Parts: sequence; C-alpha cells; structure tokens
Amino acid sequence: MKKAWLWIILPLVALLISIRIFLSVNPLEPLGVSAPPIENLTIERTVLDDKGISLLVRAGGSEPMQIAQVQVDGAYWEFSQNPPGALPRLATAWIQLPYPWVWDEAHKIDFVTNTGVTFEHTIDVAVPTPQISFPRFLAYALLGLYVGILPVGLGMLFYPSLKTLGGQGMKFILALTVGMLAFLLVDTLEEGLELASGAASAFSSSALVWLVAVASFLAMLAAGRRGGKVPEGSALATYLAFSIGLHNLGEGLAIGAAFAAGKAALGSLLVVGFTLHNITEGIGIAAPLVEARPKFVTFLGLTALAGLPAVLGTWMGAFAFSPHWAAVFLGIGAGAILQVMVEVGSYLARTAYKLGGTWLSQVSLAGFVLGLALMYGTAFLVNF
Amino acid sequence: MKWHLPLDLTRRSLLGAGLLGAGSFLGKLLPTTAFAAQQQVSSPGESHDGGGSMTVGDVDNARNGFNPREILTDWDTGKASQLADGRTLREYEIAAEERLIEIAPGVSYPAWTYNGRVPGPTLRVTEGDRVRIRFKNPGTHPHTIHFHGIHSARVDGVPGSLQALPGGEVVYEFDAKPFGCHLYHCHSAPFKRHLHKGMYGAFIVDPDPKRHSKEEKVALSRLLGSPENANWQEFLMVMNGFDTNFDEENEFYAVNTIPHEFMKRPLRIQRDRPVRIYLANFTEFDPINSFHLHGNFFDYYDQGTTLTPTLRTVDTVMLCQGQRGILEFSFFEHEPGSYMFHAHQSEFIELGWMSAFEVVA
Repeated sequence: MKKAWLWIILPLVALLISIRIFLSVNPLEPLGVSAPPIENLTIERTVLDDKGISLLVRAGGSEPMQIAQVQVDGAYWEFSQNPPGALPRLATAWIQLPYPWVWDEAHKIDFVTNTGVTFEHTIDVAVPTPQISFPRFLAYALLGLYVGILPVGLGMLFYPSLKTLGGQGMKFILALTVGMLAFLLVDTLEEGLELASGAASAFSSSALVWLVAVASFLAMLAAGRRGGKVPEGSALATYLAFSIGLHNLGEGLAIGAAFAAGKAALGSLLVVGFTLHNITEGIGIAAPLVEARPKFVTFLGLTALAGLPAVLGTWMGAFAFSPHWAAVFLGIGAGAILQVMVEVGSYLARTAYKLGGTWLSQVSLAGFVLGLALMYGTAFLVNF
Repeated sequence: MKWHLPLDLTRRSLLGAGLLGAGSFLGKLLPTTAFAAQQQVSSPGESHDGGGSMTVGDVDNARNGFNPREILTDWDTGKASQLADGRTLREYEIAAEERLIEIAPGVSYPAWTYNGRVPGPTLRVTEGDRVRIRFKNPGTHPHTIHFHGIHSARVDGVPGSLQALPGGEVVYEFDAKPFGCHLYHCHSAPFKRHLHKGMYGAFIVDPDPKRHSKEEKVALSRLLGSPENANWQEFLMVMNGFDTNFDEENEFYAVNTIPHEFMKRPLRIQRDRPVRIYLANFTEFDPINSFHLHGNFFDYYDQGTTLTPTLRTVDTVMLCQGQRGILEFSFFEHEPGSYMFHAHQSEFIELGWMSAFEVVA
C-alpha cells in the first residue's frame, strides 16, 4: 500500500522538477527561438452611453499586453483604461472612449498594442446600451415570456386532445417530439459554437461546448435512470421541460443580446415567430403525460421550467453577457436535449412494442419528419 | 442563426409588414418604449481641446535618442575643410542602425535607421561643395544611401553601386548640385521595406549667391550662416508614417516621426520674422501626402531648385512619394494665436499628422 502511494507522488514530483529545469536552463536557446510575444484581444462587451463608448476587453497574450493607443473610425482617440497598465493573460479591463458616436450608424474600433499589433472591433449599429432599470427589466422579462412561457403554455393546451389519441397517434406525437428535439439539438450546438467563436481563444470554448454537452448528457441520463428505472410520465416530462428550458435560455440570450446591441429591429414579427416556433415544445412536453394523471399544477410547473429560462436569458443577454459562459450554458442545453431524445425515443420504442410493432414505422417516421419540418418551417420567421 | 437578427429591417418595415394579425396585436402589447432603441440617451458631444481626437501619452524622446522638435532645426553641415582648389569639402559619418524606436506614445517599432534616428541626419551643404559620406553598415541587412542630386552612376547608392553589405563600409563622394531641397534614402532590395522602416533623410543644398547674381538677395536668404538667412525661421519637416502591424497600411502619420507632437505642444514662431519650411514626403504605401496651412497662404518652390516660386499664394500643396519643396510665408499682419497645419487628407490628420504654429508677437 505504501509503495502504491509512492508511485503516485514520485511521477508528479519528477514532472515538477523537469518543468523547473526546462524553465531555468532555457533549452530552446540552440533553436534560436526569440519570437515576439503572441498577442490576442477579445472584446466581450460593448456599452454605448452618454459618456461615449466603453469596451470590456480580455487579453490573451503569451505575455502581459499593453494597449498603447485606440482608434475609433480611423482616428486616434483619448481613452482611459480601468484597471490601467499591462494586461496579464486572461485579465480584463474596461476601455472608455469619450467618442461622439452616431445613432444607428456603424463604428469601427482598432486597438494598437505596444508592439504595434492591431485588433479590430466593429459596432454594427450604434444604439444606447440598455442600463438596468425596473421598467426595462420588466420589458425584457415580458419579451422572454412571449418567447418562452406563452408558446410552451399554449402547446400544453393540446394535452386533452392528445389524450384522445390512440396508440398509433401517440407514436406519431412521440416521434414528432423526437424530431423537434433533433432540430433543437442542432440549433443549440450551432448557437453554442458560434458564441464560442467570439470568446477568448484561451478558453477553448468550442471544445468546451462539446465536452459540456457530452458530460451533461451522461449526467442527466444517469440521474434519470438512477434506481434502474427509465423515466416515464411526469418524470420524463420534467426532463423534457428542463432541457427545452436550457434551449430557451439560449434563445432568450440571443434575443436580449441582439436587442441590446442594436442588431435587432424590434419587430412583432420576431416575437410571433418565436412563439410559433416554440409551440411544438409544449406539445412535446405534454406527450409523455398522456398515460399519467397529472395535476393542473404540474402543467404550470413544467411550463415555468421550460419557459422561464427564456426570461433569464433575455436579462443575461441584455445586461450581463459573456460569450464563454453563454457557450457553456448552451453546451449543457445540448447534452440535456440529447438525453431527452434518448428517453423519449425509448418511450416511443416501448409504446410501439406494446402495440406489437417496432420503433421504426411509417407513422413514427412521418411524425419525426413533421417535427423537423415544423421547426424548420417556423425558423423562417426568426432567422434573418 | 438567431444571432444574426435583422440588420437591414427597420422598425417601420417590420410593423408595417402586417404579415400576421396576431403579430401587430402582440406588438402593441409590448412596452416598446422600455427597450434600448427608445432610451433617451445622447452620445457625448465634443469633449475639450482637440475634441478628444488625439493619441494618449507622450513619447520618451530621451530613450529614442532623438527629438522631433530638434530635428526641425538641427542642420548637419558636416566636418568642413578647404580643398586645394579652394572649394569646401564636407565630410559625414553615417551608420546604419537596426533598432526599436518608440514611434508613437507607447508603441515601439523595429526601425532601420541612419545614425539611430528617423528621419536621418539633415545634411546641409552649399552648392558646389564637395561632399564625402563614409557609410558603415554594422547591421544584418545590406543598406545604401542613395542621394537625389546630379552625380555619377558610380556613386548612385543602389545595389551594384556602393551598397554596404552587413559589416561593410562604403564612401559616397560627389559635388553638391543642383541647389534645392533634396533627400536621401536606402535603395537596397526589398525597396519598400527599407524605406518604410525608416531609412531616409533630407539633403539640403543651399544656393551659392555668387552664382546667382541676378537673385543674389534671395540666394543669400537661403544660405545658412548668412546675416540674411539669420532672420528667417527655418524648419525641416519630413512627412512620414509607420505601418506597425505590417499590413502595408500606415497606423501612424506625422511630421518628423512622432504623431501629434506639434499639436500637443504647438511650434512657436515669431510674427515679425518670415518662415521657411523644407518639406519632404517620405510616406510609404499612400501615393501622396499634403501640407495645408490655416489662416494663411504661402509661396512654394517645388524641389527648391529655383529662386522664384513655382507656385504662388497657395494654402495647400500635394507631394507624391519622394517629392519635396520649400514653403515661404509670414504672419506679419496676423493676430497672434494658434494656426494649424496638417495634411489635407482627413485620414492622415486623424492618424497623427496634425500640428499647429503658436504665433507670438
């Protein structure tokens, strides 16, 4: 036993010693390595207000980076940096520019570091950044409600009619749910990866999205099946609501951030689009409940679980946004969606088995394809 | 992806679309005034002097080893001696030096220089002088000094004609002619890189009054050291730029290398003495640069090779790469105050080539 411990500690100590030696004797010298430091700058937040333009930057250099000058629209501009000084790797600072920005127009910002390297950032449409205030908070919440709660709730209203469906009908609806989830899985991953591409490269956010998705999928699957029981009925509906909620968080995030950045012209079309787009989610959540006898309050709870994260998302997107955390959330969402796809799929297979068939039939295929088609079709209303 | 929400759709077009009845109904329910686009926030107006359009901080001239303000007037007449035929010999020692310089506050740049400075030393001689330049190259790339002037191909300072290889040394020798505002630069390949990294300087040949009897007074006023010349306020201004990220576009523009130097601390001139500017354009990448004077007009001598102006009463001149000339003007009848001068390309102004005279009575 004693020996076993030794063979854990010894390799670690040897590792530390070899790193120490490497750093102190500079064995790369014969290779003639004297490359200039690698520099990287990520702009994580942009705030436009009556004081000008403020940008939250994150350094990603191999050595501490110094922002020497800042251009706005090709003009050097006075700026202040808080905290001042060189930025160590992954440190953040606010850059404040008293620049007379122009409503609804684009601005380009170039950061020049002490080595003369430049980093560009574009503000596509300049509008004031929302400051936290109670009415604005409510307005964003309402937006989240329209995108999250309303469609899920309306979808749940299909429940009584779902109950009247026979075995084949149930297969169809479950398959439709899996189809919808397949669309959401792709959508969530895409959105997560896109956010990841805007995050500081040191975070390896793209890999993080995949890893978090796999880990959360396995964790959710294990949690759902603990005690050797496969989730059904209200348990399955709860997992569905949870995973769809995480997806809606991502949607809320996108909407909130877009509104705040002036990228979205506020249109009822957009809100209606999301409402239609998400109505299938409510049907999907209600589907596993057909054979159970849920209370009314269960429906309310499920609606809240699936819909309220959209509200949270719009707040985060509008008021406190960082791309790497958003990417992590969406990774969790993707894993959760995959878990419910598996569980709804296995529920579908069991239903089909009871009816004396297999999971793959003309009915289930039609349901799956319709689920995809519905989501794809309504996505026309929200993607520009 | 929802990330790319409509950029080109205006609120009007969306609301007006009337695509979905329910949509406009919901639209009315939403308290749109609470959203960002409706915030009653204005952008800040002009802040203070210069409107905020300025580089931040100052360059450490001492560490650079040269000062853009001193370069205005530090004429280098070389080591003078008498030749057997009575003419003056002017000898110079110039060395190539590859070094980091701070070309804008906080921004260092791996420059190639003559004698450690950009622009290089301002050589000032008189028409007919014999000029001998001993050029050492302790650097890692071949370099030359190619003078603009009338001389033999043998001393032209191009690859194959007195190029100094690393560790090498060459001597250029020629008679100074014609008089004018000239320049010199490295002509080694790759040409553009050797230039924009800083290997250039001014070469001024003053007219010899004895050779220009009809315009002797004008010639005397141009001749450094004459009493007539002493009354003039003479400045060398080399318009240049630096491409710090090597994308073949300049990040900084200036006269005498340091952006905004003469905007932050305007150049004092006395109202009752005339002003003469030896202006040279060494901007790379941009085909032209220009000089514009506020509240005044000047006479211009293109290349400085005439004693009568080639352009009279202008307030802007345009110079292509390598072009240069002499500007003459005065503020005799002006109120004292700050009179700006700068390129008349807005791009260059905003990237540092903005300056001012402080005219004092």
